[in-house]
Amino acid sequence: MDLANADCVLVMGSNMAENHPVGFRFVMEAREKGAEVIHVDPRFTRTSAAATRYVPMRSGSDIVFLGALVNHVLTNEADFRPYVVHYTNATAILPEEYVDAEDGGGLFSGLVRPDQGSGDGGEAPSGVSTTAMAHEGAGTHAHGHGQVHYDPREGHWGYGQADPAGPAFSIDTDPTLQHQRCVYQVLKRHFARYTPEMVERVCGTPRVDFEAVADAMVRNSGPERTTVVCYAVGWTQQSVGPQIIRTAGILQLLLGNIGRPGGGILALRGHASIQGSTDIPTLYDLLPGYIPQPLAGEEHKDLAAFLKAGTLPRGLWSSFPAYFISLLKAWYGPAATAENDFAYEHLPKRTGDHSQQATFATMLEDRVKGYLVLGQNPAAGNTNARLVRGALEHLDWMVVRDLFETETASFWYRSPGVDPLRVKTEVILMPAAASAEKDGTFTNTQRLLQYHDKAVDPPGDARSETWFMYHLGVRLKELYHGSSLPRDRPILDLTWDYAPNPEKNARFRLKDEPDVERIIAEINGYRLDPESGRRRQLQDFTECRDDGSTACGAWIYSGVMPDEGVNNARRRKGRPPTFPEWGFAWPKNIRMLYNRASADPSGKPWSERKRYVWWDEAAGSWTGLDTPDFPVKTRPDHVPAATAAGLDGIAGDSPFQAKPDGKGWLFAPSGMADGPLPTFYEPTETSERNAVYAQQDNPMVKRFDDLDGNRKAQPADPAYPYVLTTFRVTEHHVSGQMSRWSGWLSELQPELYLEISPELAHELGIEHRGWVTVETPRARVEARAMVTARIRPFEVAGRTLHQVAIPFHFGYAGRVTGDIANDLLALTEEPNVAINETKALVCNVRPGRRPR
Amino acid sequence: MSPHEVDGVTELPAPLRAWEFGAEKPAQPAMGFLTDMSLCIGCKACEVACKQWNQIPDDGMHWTGNSLDNTSHLGSETWRHVKFIEEFGPDRENGRFTFMSDVCKHCTDAGCLNSCPTGAIIRTEFDTVYVQDDICNGCGYCIPSCPFGVIGRAESDGGAHKCTMCYDRQQVGMEPACATSCPTDSIVVGPLDELRERARTRIRDLQARGEQVQLWGDSPELAGGLNSLFILNQPPEKLGLPTSARTGRHNLKQSYFGHALVALGWVAVTAAAMARSRR
Repeated sequence: MDLANADCVLVMGSNMAENHPVGFRFVMEAREKGAEVIHVDPRFTRTSAAATRYVPMRSGSDIVFLGALVNHVLTNEADFRPYVVHYTNATAILPEEYVDAEDGGGLFSGLVRPDQGSGDGGEAPSGVSTTAMAHEGAGTHAHGHGQVHYDPREGHWGYGQADPAGPAFSIDTDPTLQHQRCVYQVLKRHFARYTPEMVERVCGTPRVDFEAVADAMVRNSGPERTTVVCYAVGWTQQSVGPQIIRTAGILQLLLGNIGRPGGGILALRGHASIQGSTDIPTLYDLLPGYIPQPLAGEEHKDLAAFLKAGTLPRGLWSSFPAYFISLLKAWYGPAATAENDFAYEHLPKRTGDHSQQATFATMLEDRVKGYLVLGQNPAAGNTNARLVRGALEHLDWMVVRDLFETETASFWYRSPGVDPLRVKTEVILMPAAASAEKDGTFTNTQRLLQYHDKAVDPPGDARSETWFMYHLGVRLKELYHGSSLPRDRPILDLTWDYAPNPEKNARFRLKDEPDVERIIAEINGYRLDPESGRRRQLQDFTECRDDGSTACGAWIYSGVMPDEGVNNARRRKGRPPTFPEWGFAWPKNIRMLYNRASADPSGKPWSERKRYVWWDEAAGSWTGLDTPDFPVKTRPDHVPAATAAGLDGIAGDSPFQAKPDGKGWLFAPSGMADGPLPTFYEPTETSERNAVYAQQDNPMVKRFDDLDGNRKAQPADPAYPYVLTTFRVTEHHVSGQMSRWSGWLSELQPELYLEISPELAHELGIEHRGWVTVETPRARVEARAMVTARIRPFEVAGRTLHQVAIPFHFGYAGRVTGDIANDLLALTEEPNVAINETKALVCNVRPGRRPR
Repeated sequence: MSPHEVDGVTELPAPLRAWEFGAEKPAQPAMGFLTDMSLCIGCKACEVACKQWNQIPDDGMHWTGNSLDNTSHLGSETWRHVKFIEEFGPDRENGRFTFMSDVCKHCTDAGCLNSCPTGAIIRTEFDTVYVQDDICNGCGYCIPSCPFGVIGRAESDGGAHKCTMCYDRQQVGMEPACATSCPTDSIVVGPLDELRERARTRIRDLQARGEQVQLWGDSPELAGGLNSLFILNQPPEKLGLPTSARTGRHNLKQSYFGHALVALGWVAVTAAAMARSRR
C-alpha cells in the first residue's frame, strides 16, 4: 500500500502487473501522482506497458545491473550520507585478514574445499558474529559432506570485538568513511568493476537505458524523495537469488530508502498467504517466527547448546530463549518443563538437506516411503518435473490433497510414457476445501494478516486442511494412547485443543471442522495464571518469557489476538494513511519495518514530505503515523553502555533492531552462504563466460549432477545457443492446478506457447502460430510459436544473443493441457534457501512438433 | 390506459419505465461506464468477474496467437472483452503495448432495442439496455442492428445475450462486477453526468502530461450518445470503434421510404395490369 507514496518505482525480477495485479494498483497510484515507474526485464510485458520506462536486460544478469547502480551511487558520492553513516554498517572496519572477491578472483576468504580439509579451525573473534542460524540465514542446505562452502569465521567476515565473558562488544568504526578497510571503501572497491560498459556487455542493456535508471533512482532519493524496489521470483529463482536481493538491499540502504514512506524492497508474493507459510513455515529448516529447526548431532545437542547458538547479544534476537521456550510451551504445554529442557527432545532434528529438491533425489534412492502433498503439484510445478514424476514411482504411498485430480495425483496413469501396471505407488487423492469453504487467514506481501470466514460448506467429502491435520492428530493420539514408549511422547504430549466449536459449525453441514480461532489464540500466545490456571492472552512478543510461564506459537504474530475473542485479523476499519485498524501486521501491528529510519539521527523527520515516525521530546517517546519499530522510550541520542544487552544495547540512532549492531548491513558478516557481498556469477546453465570474474558460476550451488536425467549444458554449449526463461501469465496460477480446471481462465490462455522474437523466428524458419520444439539436455517440449517483437535479441559480448520464454502453466490434467515446461529445467539448489533455478538457462529451438 | 391494464391483465408488476406511461420520472440518474485505457493493465479481471457473476459459459478453447487475446470479440458469451495491440517497429524504439476493455455501449438510440420485435430488449431505470431472457425468442434481429458488434446469440439457449451493466447488482446498490474487480479503477461506474465530468478532468490531466488521449462515446453521432464512455489512447479506428454509428432505425427510415415507393410502384403496376386484364 505504501507503494503509492513512492516517487520512483523500480520493478525488476517481476512481471508485477500480470502476476500481482492487485498490488500493482498502488504502483499505478504512484505513477498517476507523478512517480517514474521503471521495468527492467528481458521481456516487454503488461508491466512494461504500464511503466514509464522499459529497460531490456538478459535473463540472469541482474547482479551486474544492480551492482552497476551501486557503483554509480558510490562513484558519484550520491549516497544519502547522514543515513549511511548513522544507519548502516558502512563505517565498520573489517579485519585485515578478510579477502574480498575483488582480490580473490570472484571468491572470498574462508572458502573450504572438501578435498583440502577444513583449515586450522581457529575461533575468530566475533563481535557481529557469524552464527549460522536460520534467522541469520542458515546456509546449511547445500554444504553437506563433500560440498564447497564458506566458513565465515575462517574468512574473517565478522567485525568488532566481543567480550567472551558477556554481551559487551565494541566495533571499530570510521565515521569519515575514509579508512581503507571500512565497509564503505570495501564496497567501493568491490563494485568498481560493475561499470555501465559491463552492463552493456553482460546484460545487453544499452548504456543510455542504464544511465536513465541510475539517474531516476538518485534523483528520487534523499530527504525529500524515495524510491521503492519490487521484485518476485524473477530474482529469487536463480542460482544467486538471495544475492540479487542483497544487491538491491545495498543500493536501497545507500540511497536511504529503507524504513521510509515510499521506500523499501518489496518481495511480491505469488500465492495467497505464501508469506504466511514462511512466517509459520512449511519449510523443513524453520520453525514458526524464523526460529531455525535444530540440527541433529553435537551442535544443537541440548536446549542450552541450541539457545547459545541462536541468541545474539543485542537486538531482538537477544530474546531468542523467550521466543523458543514459549514455542515449546505452546506445543507441548504442561509436558514442557524446565526439568526436561521444555521437551526440546520432542522436536525433530535436521539431519541434512531435506528441502524439496533434495527430497526427490532421496526418493530415487528408495529412501522415502510416503509423501503427503498438500496444495502443491510437483509433477508439473517442480523443476525437472519429469525426474520428479520418476521419483514418485519409488514411493510406497502418496496422499494428494487438492481441489482437482492434479498431474501429481494422476501421474501413475497419465504421465507421458508411464505404465500404470509398473507403478507400485499407492496414490490417495483427498478432495480439499477452497478458501471460501473454510475459516482461516491470509498473510500478504505487506505482512498483513486478514481473517476470512467460511461462507459455504465444501462439496461432498472435501475438507479443509485444518480439518485434515486436526483429525489426523486426534487419530494419532488415539493410536498411541497408553503407550509408554518415549518415542511416542512427542505425539501424546502435543497440545491439541482446537476442538470443533458447535456454535460456529451450527449453520453448516460439517459439524467437525476444528476451531481455527483456537489455533490463532495459541499462535498469539498466553500466560497461564499460576493460581487460577486460566489463560491470559499476550499483548505482544515482548511478554514472552524464557521460564516456561508463557506459551506462544509464533512470536512475531503475537498481538493478533490480544484478548480472548478479540481477533485483530478480522478488523476492517479504514483510516488513512496506514490503516492501522485493518487486519494485523506482524510484528506489533507495524505497517513499515525499520520505520525509525524515517527520522534523522536526532529524531526529526528527514523532511515534512516524508514524515512517518519521529521522536516526541515532550512525551519522551517515539510517535507518528505507525507503530514505531523501535524501543519506544529509547531516546535518539541514547548510547548504550558497552555491557548493555538486549534492546538496551541498541543505540538511539540504530533503526535495525533485528541486527545486533542495530545497523542496516551493507556488508553481511553472517547469514549468507555464498559471500558477504554479492558477486556476479553466470547461471548454472548459460551461453556466456563470466566476464566479471574468473569464477564462472556460484560454486556453492548443489547441482545433483549424478542423477539420471539431470544433465546440464556446459557453459557456452553450442548445442544450446539460446537463453530460456520461464514465466507466468495473469490468466493462470502456477502449474495450472487451479486455473486449468476453470473454463473462464482456461479460455483466456488455452495453449502452451513459446515467445520468440521475429528475428530468431526468421532465422529458424518458424512461423507465427506454428509449432515449435524447445530442447534442453533434460527434455523436449512442444509449443505454439508466439512470434512477437515484445521479445528482442540482445547484444551481449559483441554478438547477437537470442532469448526465448515459455510459461510453465501446462500439464496433462485439466480442461486445457499441454507439455510441461518444467521438464526442461534442471534440479539445482541455491545455497542459502535451496531455491531452484527457473529464470535463466539455455535451450535449443527447432521448428515443428517434438518427435513422438 | 393505465399500464396495469395492458391487454386486460391487471396483475402485472410495476413496469420498468413507468415514466413513459405518465408516471413521474424517478430520481434514479442515467448510469454509465467509464473505461480508461490509460489505467488498464490488461489483466482481464473484468472479463472473468463478468463471466463469474453472470454465470456465462466459456467461449471455447481457441488459442489465436493474436497477442494475449484468446476470446477475440464481444458476443453472447463474452460481455467484457480486452483487446491487445502490440506496436513495435524493427528497432523497437517507442514500442507500445496497449489494452482496451470493451463492453456494450448501452446506446441512447439502441439498435438492438429498436429492432427487437418481441419487446425482450428494454431500457431499465438505470437508462441501460437490458435483454429479458424469458421474453427473447432468439430471432436474432438485434445482432445486425447493433453498430458495435456487441450482442450475440448463444448456442446453449438460442437467446440473445449481452452486458446488463449488472442490472441485478445495481438494483441492490452494488457496483457491476467488472468495475468491482478492476484493480486499477480503470473501469468505473456512476451517474453518466458525473462520469462525463470525470472523463473531461482526466483527459485534461493526461493531455497536460503530453499524452494523446480522447474521449469516445459522448458524441450524438454515436447512436445518439452512449452510456459507455471510453478514454482512448489509440485512435478509435485502431480499436474497431467507429466515429459515427447509426442504428437500424435510421437505416430503416430510409428503407421504409424506399420500400414504400417500390410498394406504390407495384400497386400501380398491379392495378394497371388488373385494369388491363379486365379490359
